[in-house]
Amino acid sequence: MNIDVQKVAMLARIRLTDEEAAELGPQLSNIIGYVEQLASVDTDGVAATAHPHDAAMPLRADAVTNSNRRDALQQPAPKIESGLYVVPKVVE
Amino acid sequence: MPYSSLSDIQTRLENGETTAVAVAQTYLDRIAAHNDALNAFVHIDTEHVLAQAKASDAHRAEHGARPLEGLPIAVKDIFCTQDGPTQCCSKILKDFHAPYDAHVITKLKEAGAVLVGKTNMDEFAMGSSTETSAFGPCRNPWNTDCIPGGSSGGSAAAVAAALTPAALGTDTGGSIRQPAAVTGITGLKPTYGRVSRRGIIAFASSLDQAGPMTRTVKDAAMITAAIAGHDPADATSVADAPMPDWLAACDAQSMQGMKIGKPKEYFVDGMDADVRAAVEAALKQCEALGAEIVDISLPHTDKAVAAYYVIAPSEASANLSRYDSVRYGHRCDDPEDLLDMYTRSRDEGFGSEVKRRILTGAFALSSGYYDAYYLKAQQVRTLIQRDFIEAFKQVDVIATPTSPVPAFKLGEKTDDPLTMYLSDIFTIAVNLAGLPGLSQPCGFSGGLPVGLQWIGPAWREDLILSAAAAYESATDWSKQTPEQFSPAGGDA
Repeated sequence: MNIDVQKVAMLARIRLTDEEAAELGPQLSNIIGYVEQLASVDTDGVAATAHPHDAAMPLRADAVTNSNRRDALQQPAPKIESGLYVVPKVVE
Repeated sequence: MPYSSLSDIQTRLENGETTAVAVAQTYLDRIAAHNDALNAFVHIDTEHVLAQAKASDAHRAEHGARPLEGLPIAVKDIFCTQDGPTQCCSKILKDFHAPYDAHVITKLKEAGAVLVGKTNMDEFAMGSSTETSAFGPCRNPWNTDCIPGGSSGGSAAAVAAALTPAALGTDTGGSIRQPAAVTGITGLKPTYGRVSRRGIIAFASSLDQAGPMTRTVKDAAMITAAIAGHDPADATSVADAPMPDWLAACDAQSMQGMKIGKPKEYFVDGMDADVRAAVEAALKQCEALGAEIVDISLPHTDKAVAAYYVIAPSEASANLSRYDSVRYGHRCDDPEDLLDMYTRSRDEGFGSEVKRRILTGAFALSSGYYDAYYLKAQQVRTLIQRDFIEAFKQVDVIATPTSPVPAFKLGEKTDDPLTMYLSDIFTIAVNLAGLPGLSQPCGFSGGLPVGLQWIGPAWREDLILSAAAAYESATDWSKQTPEQFSPAGGDA
Protein backbone atom coordinates (compact mmCIF):
# COMPACT_ATOMS: atom_id res chain seq x y z
CA MET A 1 0.00 0.00 0.00
CA ASN A 2 1.20 3.48 -0.85
CA ILE A 3 0.77 5.73 2.16
CA ASP A 4 0.91 9.52 2.12
CA VAL A 5 3.25 9.74 5.08
CA GLN A 6 3.15 13.53 5.29
CA LYS A 7 -0.63 13.46 5.58
CA VAL A 8 -0.49 10.87 8.38
CA ALA A 9 2.26 12.85 10.11
CA MET A 10 0.09 15.96 10.03
CA LEU A 11 -2.77 13.98 11.63
CA ALA A 12 -0.31 13.07 14.40
CA ARG A 13 0.95 16.68 14.60
CA ILE A 14 4.51 15.74 13.77
CA ARG A 15 6.47 17.74 11.24
CA LEU A 16 8.68 15.49 9.15
CA THR A 17 11.68 16.72 7.25
CA ASP A 18 11.89 15.47 3.65
CA GLU A 19 14.67 13.05 4.65
CA GLU A 20 12.56 11.65 7.51
CA ALA A 21 9.56 11.28 5.23
CA ALA A 22 11.68 9.46 2.65
CA GLU A 23 12.82 6.98 5.31
CA LEU A 24 9.59 6.57 7.26
CA GLY A 25 7.29 6.31 4.23
CA PRO A 26 8.53 2.93 2.95
CA GLN A 27 8.89 1.60 6.52
CA LEU A 28 5.29 2.53 7.26
CA SER A 29 4.16 0.80 4.07
CA ASN A 30 6.10 -2.32 5.09
CA ILE A 31 4.53 -2.40 8.55
CA ILE A 32 1.02 -1.87 7.19
CA GLY A 33 1.72 -4.48 4.52
CA TYR A 34 2.66 -6.95 7.26
CA VAL A 35 -0.42 -6.33 9.40
CA GLU A 36 -2.71 -6.72 6.38
CA GLN A 37 -2.51 -10.50 6.95
CA LEU A 38 -5.20 -9.89 9.60
CA ALA A 39 -7.69 -9.66 6.72
CA SER A 40 -7.29 -13.42 6.15
CA VAL A 41 -8.68 -14.27 9.62
CA ASP A 42 -12.39 -15.11 9.77
CA THR A 43 -13.80 -12.80 12.44
CA ASP A 44 -17.48 -12.93 11.48
CA GLY A 45 -19.56 -12.48 14.62
CA VAL A 46 -16.48 -12.18 16.86
CA ALA A 47 -16.74 -9.35 19.41
CA ALA A 48 -13.83 -6.92 19.59
CA THR A 49 -11.87 -6.99 22.84
CA ALA A 50 -12.46 -3.95 25.04
CA HIS A 51 -10.81 -5.00 28.32
CA PRO A 52 -8.80 -8.25 28.45
CA HIS A 53 -10.93 -9.57 31.31
CA ASP A 54 -14.24 -8.01 30.35
CA ALA A 55 -14.01 -5.98 33.54
CA ALA A 56 -16.53 -3.20 33.86
CA MET A 57 -15.14 0.31 34.01
CA PRO A 58 -16.16 1.57 37.44
CA LEU A 59 -17.33 5.13 38.01
CA ARG A 60 -16.04 6.94 41.04
CA ALA A 61 -18.07 9.22 43.24
CA ASP A 62 -18.35 12.78 41.94
CA ALA A 63 -16.39 14.23 44.82
CA VAL A 64 -13.32 16.43 45.12
CA THR A 65 -10.36 14.31 46.24
CA ASN A 66 -7.38 16.46 45.22
CA SER A 67 -5.98 19.44 46.99
CA ASN A 68 -4.90 22.47 44.97
CA ARG A 69 -1.41 21.66 43.69
CA ARG A 70 -1.27 24.15 40.87
CA ASP A 71 2.30 25.26 41.51
CA ALA A 72 3.64 21.71 41.61
CA LEU A 73 1.70 20.66 38.53
CA GLN A 74 2.81 23.71 36.54
CA GLN A 75 6.44 23.39 37.56
CA PRO A 76 7.33 21.22 34.50
CA ALA A 77 5.57 23.54 32.00
CA PRO A 78 7.73 25.15 29.29
CA LYS A 79 6.16 28.59 29.87
CA ILE A 80 3.70 29.87 32.47
CA GLU A 81 2.56 33.32 33.57
CA SER A 82 0.29 34.17 36.51
CA GLY A 83 -0.68 30.52 36.82
CA LEU A 84 -1.61 30.23 33.14
CA TYR A 85 0.03 28.18 30.39
CA VAL A 86 1.49 30.45 27.73
CA VAL A 87 1.22 29.38 24.07
CA PRO A 88 1.58 31.28 20.78
CA LYS A 89 -1.29 33.61 19.97
CA VAL A 90 -4.29 31.69 18.57
CA VAL A 91 -6.76 34.54 17.90
CA GLU A 92 -6.19 37.79 16.08
CA MET B 1 26.84 -10.44 48.49
CA PRO B 2 26.23 -8.70 45.15
CA TYR B 3 24.79 -11.81 43.54
CA SER B 4 22.64 -12.67 46.57
CA SER B 5 18.89 -12.91 46.17
CA LEU B 6 16.59 -10.37 47.80
CA SER B 7 15.40 -13.01 50.23
CA ASP B 8 19.00 -13.84 51.25
CA ILE B 9 19.71 -10.16 51.86
CA GLN B 10 16.47 -9.94 53.83
CA THR B 11 17.58 -12.83 56.06
CA ARG B 12 20.97 -11.21 56.68
CA LEU B 13 19.29 -7.91 57.57
CA GLU B 14 16.91 -9.70 59.93
CA ASN B 15 19.80 -11.50 61.64
CA GLY B 16 21.67 -8.25 62.11
CA GLU B 17 24.58 -9.48 59.93
CA THR B 18 24.39 -6.36 57.80
CA THR B 19 22.53 -3.05 57.55
CA ALA B 20 20.51 -1.38 54.83
CA VAL B 21 23.23 1.25 54.55
CA ALA B 22 25.94 -1.39 54.02
CA VAL B 23 23.78 -3.20 51.45
CA ALA B 24 23.07 0.03 49.59
CA GLN B 25 26.78 0.94 49.61
CA THR B 26 27.69 -2.44 48.13
CA TYR B 27 25.44 -1.86 45.13
CA LEU B 28 26.38 1.81 44.78
CA ASP B 29 30.01 0.65 44.55
CA ARG B 30 29.05 -1.94 41.92
CA ILE B 31 27.23 0.74 39.93
CA ALA B 32 30.21 3.09 40.16
CA ALA B 33 32.53 0.33 38.96
CA HIS B 34 30.43 -1.15 36.16
CA ASN B 35 27.75 1.20 34.91
CA ASP B 36 30.00 2.82 32.32
CA ALA B 37 30.45 -0.56 30.62
CA LEU B 38 26.71 -1.30 30.59
CA ASN B 39 24.80 2.01 30.64
CA ALA B 40 22.14 0.24 32.71
CA PHE B 41 21.35 3.24 34.92
CA VAL B 42 20.44 6.66 33.54
CA HIS B 43 20.00 8.36 36.91
CA ILE B 44 21.56 7.71 40.31
CA ASP B 45 21.51 9.99 43.34
CA THR B 46 23.97 8.37 45.75
CA GLU B 47 23.15 10.57 48.72
CA HIS B 48 19.44 10.02 48.32
CA VAL B 49 19.94 6.24 48.17
CA LEU B 50 22.01 6.27 51.36
CA ALA B 51 19.48 8.54 53.09
CA GLN B 52 16.69 6.07 52.30
CA ALA B 53 18.84 3.19 53.59
CA LYS B 54 19.61 5.07 56.80
CA ALA B 55 15.90 5.79 57.32
CA SER B 56 15.17 2.11 56.72
CA ASP B 57 17.67 1.00 59.36
CA ALA B 58 16.04 3.46 61.78
CA HIS B 59 12.57 2.15 60.92
CA ARG B 60 13.69 -1.42 61.55
CA ALA B 61 15.17 -0.48 64.92
CA GLU B 62 12.14 1.52 66.07
CA HIS B 63 9.14 -0.20 64.51
CA GLY B 64 10.37 -3.52 63.09
CA ALA B 65 10.76 -4.56 59.47
CA ARG B 66 8.23 -4.02 56.68
CA PRO B 67 7.98 -6.62 53.85
CA LEU B 68 10.84 -5.17 51.73
CA GLU B 69 12.69 -3.36 54.53
CA GLY B 70 16.07 -2.07 53.38
CA LEU B 71 16.07 -4.00 50.09
CA PRO B 72 17.47 -2.11 47.09
CA ILE B 73 15.18 -2.02 44.05
CA ALA B 74 15.91 -0.11 40.83
CA VAL B 75 13.07 1.12 38.62
CA LYS B 76 12.75 1.67 34.89
CA ASP B 77 12.75 5.31 33.80
CA ILE B 78 9.05 4.93 32.92
CA PHE B 79 7.85 5.12 36.56
CA CYS B 80 7.02 8.61 37.80
CA THR B 81 8.98 9.45 40.95
CA GLN B 82 8.90 12.71 42.84
CA ASP B 83 12.58 12.27 43.60
CA GLY B 84 14.88 12.84 40.62
CA PRO B 85 13.99 13.05 36.93
CA THR B 86 11.51 10.79 35.07
CA GLN B 87 12.37 10.97 31.38
CA CYS B 88 11.16 7.73 29.79
CA CYS B 89 14.54 7.86 28.01
CA SER B 90 13.06 10.40 25.59
CA LYS B 91 14.29 13.85 24.58
CA ILE B 92 10.71 15.09 24.79
CA LEU B 93 10.77 14.51 28.58
CA LYS B 94 14.30 15.81 29.13
CA ASP B 95 14.67 17.01 32.75
CA PHE B 96 11.00 16.28 33.52
CA HIS B 97 10.33 15.97 37.23
CA ALA B 98 7.06 14.24 38.06
CA PRO B 99 4.82 16.01 40.56
CA TYR B 100 3.72 12.68 42.07
CA ASP B 101 4.86 9.09 42.60
CA ALA B 102 3.48 6.20 40.55
CA HIS B 103 1.19 3.99 42.64
CA VAL B 104 3.74 1.15 42.60
CA ILE B 105 6.49 3.51 43.76
CA THR B 106 4.30 4.51 46.72
CA LYS B 107 3.74 0.80 47.43
CA LEU B 108 7.48 0.03 47.32
CA LYS B 109 8.21 2.93 49.67
CA GLU B 110 5.47 1.79 52.06
CA ALA B 111 7.03 -1.70 52.03
CA GLY B 112 10.38 -0.23 53.10
CA ALA B 113 12.33 -0.68 49.85
CA VAL B 114 15.32 1.50 49.03
CA LEU B 115 14.88 2.92 45.52
CA VAL B 116 18.25 2.75 43.79
CA GLY B 117 17.72 4.86 40.66
CA LYS B 118 16.30 4.93 37.16
CA THR B 119 17.23 2.32 34.58
CA ASN B 120 17.73 2.62 30.84
CA MET B 121 15.00 1.58 28.40
CA ASP B 122 13.87 1.94 24.83
CA GLU B 123 12.32 5.38 24.35
CA PHE B 124 8.73 5.21 25.66
CA ALA B 125 9.26 1.42 26.00
CA MET B 126 9.09 1.03 22.22
CA GLY B 127 11.71 -1.50 21.29
CA SER B 128 13.19 -4.91 22.00
CA SER B 129 16.84 -4.01 22.42
CA THR B 130 17.21 -0.80 24.52
CA GLU B 131 18.89 0.81 21.53
CA THR B 132 16.29 3.56 21.00
CA SER B 133 17.05 5.24 24.36
CA ALA B 134 17.85 8.95 24.23
CA PHE B 135 20.66 8.12 26.69
CA GLY B 136 22.37 5.68 24.34
CA PRO B 137 22.13 1.90 24.17
CA CYS B 138 22.41 -0.44 27.14
CA ARG B 139 24.61 -3.55 26.90
CA ASN B 140 24.28 -7.20 27.88
CA PRO B 141 26.50 -8.25 30.82
CA TRP B 142 27.07 -11.67 29.21
CA ASN B 143 28.57 -10.07 26.11
CA THR B 144 28.80 -6.31 25.93
CA ASP B 145 28.68 -6.40 22.11
CA CYS B 146 25.11 -7.69 22.46
CA ILE B 147 21.82 -6.04 23.37
CA PRO B 148 20.22 -6.72 26.79
CA GLY B 149 16.77 -7.08 25.25
CA GLY B 150 14.10 -4.48 25.69
CA SER B 151 12.40 -2.42 26.44
CA SER B 152 13.31 -2.96 30.13
CA GLY B 153 16.95 -3.66 29.14
CA GLY B 154 18.48 -1.39 31.78
CA SER B 155 16.62 -3.16 34.59
CA ALA B 156 17.63 -6.54 33.14
CA ALA B 157 21.31 -5.66 32.72
CA ALA B 158 21.44 -4.09 36.19
CA VAL B 159 20.09 -7.26 37.84
CA ALA B 160 22.15 -9.62 35.65
CA ALA B 161 25.40 -7.82 36.55
CA ALA B 162 24.35 -7.42 40.22
CA LEU B 163 24.30 -3.63 40.15
CA THR B 164 21.04 -4.09 42.07
CA PRO B 165 19.49 -7.28 43.45
CA ALA B 166 16.11 -6.50 41.83
CA ALA B 167 14.34 -4.03 39.58
CA LEU B 168 10.95 -3.10 38.23
CA GLY B 169 10.14 -3.20 34.54
CA THR B 170 7.04 -2.84 32.42
CA ASP B 171 5.77 -5.27 29.81
CA THR B 172 3.55 -4.27 26.88
CA GLY B 173 4.57 -6.97 24.40
CA GLY B 174 7.34 -8.79 26.26
CA SER B 175 9.41 -5.94 27.70
CA ILE B 176 9.97 -7.67 31.06
CA ARG B 177 10.19 -11.28 29.89
CA GLN B 178 12.35 -10.92 26.75
CA PRO B 179 15.14 -8.88 28.43
CA ALA B 180 14.97 -11.20 31.47
CA ALA B 181 15.43 -14.16 29.10
CA VAL B 182 18.40 -12.78 27.17
CA THR B 183 20.23 -11.62 30.33
CA GLY B 184 19.63 -14.81 32.34
CA ILE B 185 17.36 -13.49 35.08
CA THR B 186 13.74 -14.00 36.18
CA GLY B 187 10.96 -11.63 35.12
CA LEU B 188 7.23 -11.71 35.83
CA LYS B 189 4.49 -9.90 33.95
CA PRO B 190 1.42 -10.09 36.20
CA THR B 191 -2.14 -10.50 34.94
CA TYR B 192 -3.43 -7.32 33.27
CA GLY B 193 -5.25 -5.33 35.96
CA ARG B 194 -3.24 -6.85 38.82
CA VAL B 195 -0.94 -3.85 39.26
CA SER B 196 -1.99 -0.20 39.04
CA ARG B 197 -0.77 1.70 35.98
CA ARG B 198 -1.20 5.12 37.59
CA GLY B 199 1.99 7.12 37.26
CA ILE B 200 3.51 4.68 34.77
CA ILE B 201 4.05 6.64 31.57
CA ALA B 202 1.51 5.13 29.20
CA PHE B 203 2.47 3.30 26.01
CA ALA B 204 -0.47 1.01 25.18
CA SER B 205 -3.03 1.20 27.95
CA SER B 206 -4.81 -2.11 27.31
CA LEU B 207 -1.49 -4.03 27.36
CA ASP B 208 0.92 -2.26 29.77
CA GLN B 209 1.65 -3.97 33.07
CA ALA B 210 4.46 -3.50 35.62
CA GLY B 211 6.35 -6.35 37.23
CA PRO B 212 9.56 -7.50 38.93
CA MET B 213 12.92 -8.50 37.42
CA THR B 214 14.94 -10.54 39.89
CA ARG B 215 17.54 -13.24 40.48
CA THR B 216 15.04 -15.80 41.81
CA VAL B 217 11.39 -16.79 41.51
CA LYS B 218 10.74 -16.10 45.19
CA ASP B 219 12.15 -12.58 44.83
CA ALA B 220 9.71 -11.96 41.98
CA ALA B 221 6.87 -13.13 44.24
CA MET B 222 8.03 -10.88 47.11
CA ILE B 223 7.95 -7.78 44.93
CA THR B 224 4.67 -8.66 43.23
CA ALA B 225 3.07 -9.16 46.64
CA ALA B 226 4.12 -5.61 47.53
CA ILE B 227 2.94 -3.87 44.34
CA ALA B 228 -0.24 -5.81 43.48
CA GLY B 229 -3.72 -4.67 44.41
CA HIS B 230 -6.61 -2.52 43.34
CA ASP B 231 -6.05 1.20 42.93
CA PRO B 232 -9.27 3.23 42.69
CA ALA B 233 -7.33 5.82 40.67
CA ASP B 234 -6.65 3.32 37.84
CA ALA B 235 -9.96 2.33 36.27
CA THR B 236 -8.36 -0.72 34.63
CA SER B 237 -6.94 -2.15 37.85
CA VAL B 238 -9.36 -4.88 38.86
CA ALA B 239 -11.09 -4.58 42.23
CA ASP B 240 -12.24 -8.11 42.97
CA ALA B 241 -9.24 -10.06 41.65
CA PRO B 242 -8.44 -13.20 43.65
CA MET B 243 -5.16 -12.63 45.52
CA PRO B 244 -2.89 -15.68 45.78
CA ASP B 245 -0.54 -16.39 48.65
CA TRP B 246 2.50 -15.29 46.65
CA LEU B 247 5.23 -16.72 48.85
CA ALA B 248 3.47 -19.99 49.64
CA ALA B 249 3.18 -20.58 45.89
CA CYS B 250 6.99 -20.55 45.62
CA ASP B 251 7.52 -22.65 48.73
CA ALA B 252 5.42 -25.54 47.42
CA GLN B 253 8.06 -26.23 44.73
CA SER B 254 6.27 -29.26 43.44
CA MET B 255 5.37 -30.29 39.93
CA GLN B 256 3.82 -33.60 40.87
CA GLY B 257 0.77 -34.10 38.68
CA MET B 258 1.01 -30.67 37.05
CA LYS B 259 -0.17 -30.60 33.44
CA ILE B 260 2.12 -28.47 31.29
CA GLY B 261 0.90 -27.49 27.83
CA LYS B 262 3.48 -27.43 25.02
CA PRO B 263 2.02 -25.39 22.14
CA LYS B 264 3.26 -26.59 18.75
CA GLU B 265 3.15 -23.03 17.36
CA TYR B 266 5.99 -22.02 19.72
CA PHE B 267 8.41 -24.69 18.51
CA VAL B 268 8.92 -23.77 14.89
CA ASP B 269 11.49 -23.75 12.10
CA GLY B 270 13.64 -20.64 12.12
CA MET B 271 14.13 -20.46 15.85
CA ASP B 272 17.63 -20.84 17.26
CA ALA B 273 18.50 -24.57 17.55
CA ASP B 274 20.17 -24.19 20.96
CA VAL B 275 17.20 -22.22 22.29
CA ARG B 276 14.89 -24.98 21.16
CA ALA B 277 17.13 -27.68 22.63
CA ALA B 278 17.39 -25.86 25.98
CA VAL B 279 13.61 -25.47 26.28
CA GLU B 280 12.97 -29.08 25.20
CA ALA B 281 15.48 -30.23 27.83
CA ALA B 282 13.74 -28.08 30.46
CA LEU B 283 10.42 -29.75 29.65
CA LYS B 284 12.07 -33.18 29.96
CA GLN B 285 13.31 -32.13 33.37
CA CYS B 286 9.81 -31.05 34.38
CA GLU B 287 8.58 -34.48 33.33
CA ALA B 288 11.21 -36.04 35.55
CA LEU B 289 9.93 -33.84 38.38
CA GLY B 290 6.47 -35.37 38.03
CA ALA B 291 4.76 -33.09 35.52
CA GLU B 292 2.84 -34.32 32.51
CA ILE B 293 3.67 -32.66 29.18
CA VAL B 294 0.59 -32.23 26.99
CA ASP B 295 0.85 -31.23 23.31
CA ILE B 296 -1.56 -28.38 22.64
CA SER B 297 -2.34 -25.88 19.90
CA LEU B 298 -2.89 -22.13 20.06
CA PRO B 299 -4.01 -21.74 16.45
CA HIS B 300 -4.06 -17.95 16.15
CA THR B 301 -0.47 -17.52 17.41
CA ASP B 302 0.88 -16.53 14.00
CA LYS B 303 -1.47 -13.53 13.87
CA ALA B 304 -0.50 -12.16 17.27
CA VAL B 305 2.36 -9.93 16.08
CA ALA B 306 0.16 -8.38 13.37
CA ALA B 307 -2.69 -7.71 15.82
CA TYR B 308 -0.21 -6.25 18.31
CA TYR B 309 1.36 -3.92 15.74
CA VAL B 310 -2.05 -2.42 15.09
CA ILE B 311 -3.34 -2.24 18.68
CA ALA B 312 -0.17 -1.07 20.47
CA PRO B 313 0.71 1.73 18.00
CA SER B 314 -2.93 2.87 17.88
CA GLU B 315 -3.06 3.22 21.64
CA ALA B 316 0.41 4.79 21.62
CA SER B 317 -0.61 7.42 19.08
CA ALA B 318 -3.52 8.38 21.33
CA ASN B 319 -1.46 8.31 24.55
CA LEU B 320 1.45 10.26 23.11
CA SER B 321 -0.82 13.03 21.81
CA ARG B 322 -0.44 14.48 25.32
CA TYR B 323 3.09 15.64 24.46
CA ASP B 324 1.90 18.96 23.09
CA SER B 325 4.62 21.07 24.77
CA VAL B 326 2.00 23.03 26.70
CA ARG B 327 1.88 21.50 30.18
CA TYR B 328 5.25 19.71 30.17
CA GLY B 329 7.86 18.40 27.80
CA HIS B 330 10.15 19.85 25.18
CA ARG B 331 9.09 23.00 23.33
CA CYS B 332 10.83 24.12 20.14
CA ASP B 333 12.46 27.54 19.94
CA ASP B 334 10.43 30.51 18.69
CA PRO B 335 7.24 28.80 17.46
CA GLU B 336 5.48 30.80 14.74
CA ASP B 337 2.03 29.65 15.76
CA LEU B 338 0.30 26.86 17.67
CA LEU B 339 0.54 24.30 14.84
CA ASP B 340 4.23 25.05 14.33
CA MET B 341 4.78 24.61 18.07
CA TYR B 342 3.06 21.21 18.16
CA THR B 343 4.59 19.78 15.00
CA ARG B 344 8.15 21.03 15.47
CA SER B 345 8.31 20.24 19.21
CA ARG B 346 7.13 16.68 18.52
CA ASP B 347 9.53 16.24 15.60
CA GLU B 348 12.46 17.39 17.74
CA GLY B 349 11.39 15.51 20.86
CA PHE B 350 10.50 12.03 19.58
CA GLY B 351 13.04 9.54 18.23
CA SER B 352 12.49 7.69 14.97
CA GLU B 353 11.03 4.45 16.44
CA VAL B 354 8.49 6.44 18.46
CA LYS B 355 7.54 8.40 15.34
CA ARG B 356 7.13 5.14 13.40
CA ARG B 357 4.73 3.80 16.01
CA ILE B 358 2.75 7.02 16.30
CA LEU B 359 2.38 7.18 12.51
CA THR B 360 1.39 3.51 12.29
CA GLY B 361 -1.27 4.13 14.91
CA ALA B 362 -2.46 7.39 13.39
CA PHE B 363 -2.85 5.60 10.06
CA ALA B 364 -4.70 2.60 11.56
CA LEU B 365 -7.13 4.91 13.37
CA SER B 366 -7.63 7.33 10.50
CA SER B 367 -10.94 7.81 8.74
CA GLY B 368 -11.74 4.95 6.38
CA TYR B 369 -9.17 2.52 7.84
CA TYR B 370 -10.44 2.04 11.42
CA ASP B 371 -12.61 -1.03 10.69
CA ALA B 372 -10.02 -2.77 8.53
CA TYR B 373 -7.18 -2.34 11.02
CA TYR B 374 -8.04 -1.42 14.61
CA LEU B 375 -11.43 -3.13 14.86
CA LYS B 376 -10.17 -6.18 12.98
CA ALA B 377 -7.13 -6.45 15.27
CA GLN B 378 -9.33 -6.27 18.38
CA GLN B 379 -11.48 -9.10 16.95
CA VAL B 380 -8.37 -11.23 16.28
CA ARG B 381 -7.34 -10.42 19.83
CA THR B 382 -10.56 -12.03 21.07
CA LEU B 383 -9.71 -15.17 19.08
CA ILE B 384 -6.23 -15.26 20.63
CA GLN B 385 -7.79 -15.02 24.10
CA ARG B 386 -10.16 -17.87 23.24
CA ASP B 387 -7.20 -20.04 22.17
CA PHE B 388 -5.79 -19.70 25.69
CA ILE B 389 -9.15 -20.29 27.39
CA GLU B 390 -9.54 -23.53 25.42
CA ALA B 391 -5.97 -24.59 26.22
CA PHE B 392 -6.42 -24.01 29.95
CA LYS B 393 -9.32 -26.48 29.93
CA GLN B 394 -6.68 -29.15 29.25
CA VAL B 395 -3.60 -27.94 31.13
CA ASP B 396 -2.60 -26.03 34.28
CA VAL B 397 0.17 -23.93 32.75
CA ILE B 398 1.83 -23.49 29.36
CA ALA B 399 5.60 -23.57 28.74
CA THR B 400 7.36 -22.03 25.72
CA PRO B 401 10.64 -20.38 24.82
CA THR B 402 10.56 -16.69 25.83
CA SER B 403 12.49 -15.46 22.79
CA PRO B 404 13.18 -17.38 19.55
CA VAL B 405 16.82 -16.25 19.62
CA PRO B 406 19.43 -15.28 22.24
CA ALA B 407 20.69 -11.69 22.51
CA PHE B 408 21.75 -10.29 19.14
CA LYS B 409 24.52 -7.81 18.39
CA LEU B 410 23.98 -4.07 18.83
CA GLY B 411 22.95 -2.51 15.52
CA GLU B 412 22.07 -5.85 13.95
CA LYS B 413 18.35 -5.16 13.63
CA THR B 414 18.08 -1.40 13.83
CA ASP B 415 17.82 -0.95 10.06
CA ASP B 416 14.79 -3.16 9.71
CA PRO B 417 11.96 -2.31 12.12
CA LEU B 418 9.87 -5.32 11.11
CA THR B 419 12.65 -7.83 11.93
CA MET B 420 12.99 -6.17 15.33
CA TYR B 421 9.23 -6.50 15.90
CA LEU B 422 9.48 -10.26 15.38
CA SER B 423 11.78 -10.53 18.45
CA ASP B 424 8.61 -10.53 20.54
CA ILE B 425 6.85 -13.29 18.61
CA PHE B 426 6.57 -15.57 21.69
CA THR B 427 5.64 -12.95 24.28
CA ILE B 428 3.05 -10.75 22.55
CA ALA B 429 0.06 -13.11 22.68
CA VAL B 430 0.27 -13.16 26.49
CA ASN B 431 -0.24 -9.38 26.60
CA LEU B 432 -3.08 -9.50 24.09
CA ALA B 433 -4.84 -12.06 26.29
CA GLY B 434 -3.99 -10.19 29.52
CA LEU B 435 -2.43 -13.30 31.08
CA PRO B 436 0.44 -13.65 33.57
CA GLY B 437 3.80 -14.72 32.11
CA LEU B 438 7.15 -15.48 33.69
CA SER B 439 10.58 -15.99 32.13
CA GLN B 440 13.38 -17.80 33.91
CA PRO B 441 16.81 -18.97 32.74
CA CYS B 442 17.01 -22.54 31.36
CA GLY B 443 20.32 -22.77 29.50
CA PHE B 444 22.73 -21.09 27.10
CA SER B 445 23.20 -20.64 23.39
CA GLY B 446 26.67 -19.55 22.33
CA GLY B 447 27.45 -18.34 25.84
CA LEU B 448 24.24 -16.27 25.99
CA PRO B 449 21.31 -17.07 28.31
CA VAL B 450 18.11 -18.74 27.11
CA GLY B 451 14.73 -18.12 28.75
CA LEU B 452 11.87 -20.50 29.53
CA GLN B 453 8.45 -18.83 29.54
CA TRP B 454 5.57 -19.94 31.77
CA ILE B 455 2.06 -18.75 30.93
CA GLY B 456 -0.83 -19.12 33.36
CA PRO B 457 -4.58 -18.53 33.35
CA ALA B 458 -5.72 -15.03 34.38
CA TRP B 459 -5.10 -14.33 38.09
CA ARG B 460 -3.17 -17.61 38.52
CA GLU B 461 0.34 -16.24 38.98
CA ASP B 462 0.56 -18.79 41.81
CA LEU B 463 0.60 -21.67 39.30
CA ILE B 464 3.46 -20.28 37.21
CA LEU B 465 5.39 -19.27 40.33
CA SER B 466 5.05 -22.85 41.66
CA ALA B 467 6.20 -24.38 38.38
CA ALA B 468 9.09 -21.94 38.02
CA ALA B 469 10.18 -22.37 41.66
CA ALA B 470 10.18 -26.15 41.28
CA TYR B 471 12.25 -25.95 38.08
CA GLU B 472 14.62 -23.43 39.67
CA SER B 473 15.26 -25.60 42.73
CA ALA B 474 16.07 -28.61 40.51
CA THR B 475 18.56 -26.75 38.27
CA ASP B 476 21.30 -24.17 38.70
CA TRP B 477 20.69 -21.90 35.70
CA SER B 478 19.55 -19.03 37.94
CA LYS B 479 22.86 -19.18 39.83
CA GLN B 480 25.03 -18.49 36.77
CA THR B 481 26.76 -15.11 36.71
CA PRO B 482 28.52 -13.25 33.88
CA GLU B 483 32.29 -13.57 34.30
CA GLN B 484 33.13 -10.02 33.26
CA PHE B 485 31.06 -8.69 36.16
CA SER B 486 32.00 -11.23 38.82
CA PRO B 487 32.60 -9.72 42.25
CA ALA B 488 36.12 -8.42 42.77
CA GLY B 489 38.02 -9.62 45.85
CA GLY B 490 37.15 -6.54 47.86
CA ASP B 491 33.39 -6.72 47.31
CA ALA B 492 31.39 -7.52 50.43
